[in-house]
Amino acid sequence: MAKITYITHDNQKHEVEVQNGLTVMEGAVQNDIPGIDADCGGGMACATCHVYVKEDWFNKIPKKEDGEEDMLDMAFEPKTNSRLSCQIVVSDEIDGLEVSIPSKQA
Amino acid sequence: MIKTDALIIGAGPTGLFTAHQLKLIGLNCEVVDNLDKIGGQCIELYPDKPIYDIPAVPECTGEELTNNLINQLKPFDIKFHLNERVEKVKKENDNWLVKTNNGTSFSTPNVIIAGGVGSFEPRKFSPQECEKFENKSLFYSVKDKKIFKGKTVSIFGGGDSALDWAVELSKECSVNLIHRRDEFRGAQATIDKVHQLAKDGKINLFTQYQMATVKGDKNLESIDIKHDNNEIKNLKTDYVLGFFGLIMQLGPIANWGLNIDKKTIEVDTEKFETNQKGIYAVGDICNYPGKLKLILSGFHEGALAARACFKLARPNEKYRFEFTTSSKTIKERLGVKGD
Repeated sequence: MAKITYITHDNQKHEVEVQNGLTVMEGAVQNDIPGIDADCGGGMACATCHVYVKEDWFNKIPKKEDGEEDMLDMAFEPKTNSRLSCQIVVSDEIDGLEVSIPSKQA
Repeated sequence: MIKTDALIIGAGPTGLFTAHQLKLIGLNCEVVDNLDKIGGQCIELYPDKPIYDIPAVPECTGEELTNNLINQLKPFDIKFHLNERVEKVKKENDNWLVKTNNGTSFSTPNVIIAGGVGSFEPRKFSPQECEKFENKSLFYSVKDKKIFKGKTVSIFGGGDSALDWAVELSKECSVNLIHRRDEFRGAQATIDKVHQLAKDGKINLFTQYQMATVKGDKNLESIDIKHDNNEIKNLKTDYVLGFFGLIMQLGPIANWGLNIDKKTIEVDTEKFETNQKGIYAVGDICNYPGKLKLILSGFHEGALAARACFKLARPNEKYRFEFTTSSKTIKERLGVKGD
């Protein structure tokens, strides 16, 4: 289990416990966090689960694999700390992770 | 006005197989899709990605699956209305009156929504001011390249569409190409060409920049682009083109009086009918307890919805269940010889 904090566009913090092995995207969908639609269901094909990872966490989580950066070209306002939340797998190591959701996605 | 037994919205795998099932049981149907080609998400999102869970097909790509489904429809005459989006659905006596954005209208007792996650729309620029110039001097696709002749065009994006248009328009226009990072993801030959044209001064390349704002009163005058390090650059430009791929929007379906929850439509599991009689939803867009978003589930849902259509399209006939292996009628419809 890891505690993940999702910050929505209205600056509200949603803290949820997410099971290991699920993705940060699945944690959001299962807990009805607005702004993470995940239209393609985790296939790295739509960029609707795009999040900004809090700076100090960005280098701690596993790196992007091929294809994710390409898909991020399609996301709304990508930044250097952008990730697709469907590609971040939850484990004890990321307990306390904070991600924020771009306002345009809501 | 086109009269048909059933209208299918969406030409993805589920829509295609539903059309097959309708024709097999002797009903006619027409198919509408907003995209310019058949195949839905399979062809738009993952044509080259392998799929491993289609029954009896150990491995195939999205494109192969689409081609096989099209082949399976070969015996039948089915009209596809591509590049058209269904806008209005209205009850008229016992039929549904359906209108598309191109003005095509249908009268049918059965509407089957096989719309995936909605229709594909171009992904737009974030700054709100951009809307003001949309379809005047800011576009998400090119319909007539002649309007750009001799003008300055600023192209945003890093994929094949952006690169191809940058190369093409550099022949007769002044081109700015703006992309959020140094790497492009198009065909290598095109990327090389863009870099060569940039070296020759035919394309002004701005990487690690994104759109900040558009300026101009009546007409577009210039744009501000913002570097990753927050530096702002102002570019004089006549036109802006944005190529950020497609996004899925539920679109007008949301206004048809259906029970919708989180972009999906609630259906029963006997007929896959919605809360409106004669409107069905199948595939990724439908929702019921235990729903799995798999292509194989869409096939099952379409087969059952097709049988439900029979009742409304042929109220005075009784539907008889038959196997393709043994039914003479079905073999005739398929144009194959009986034993």
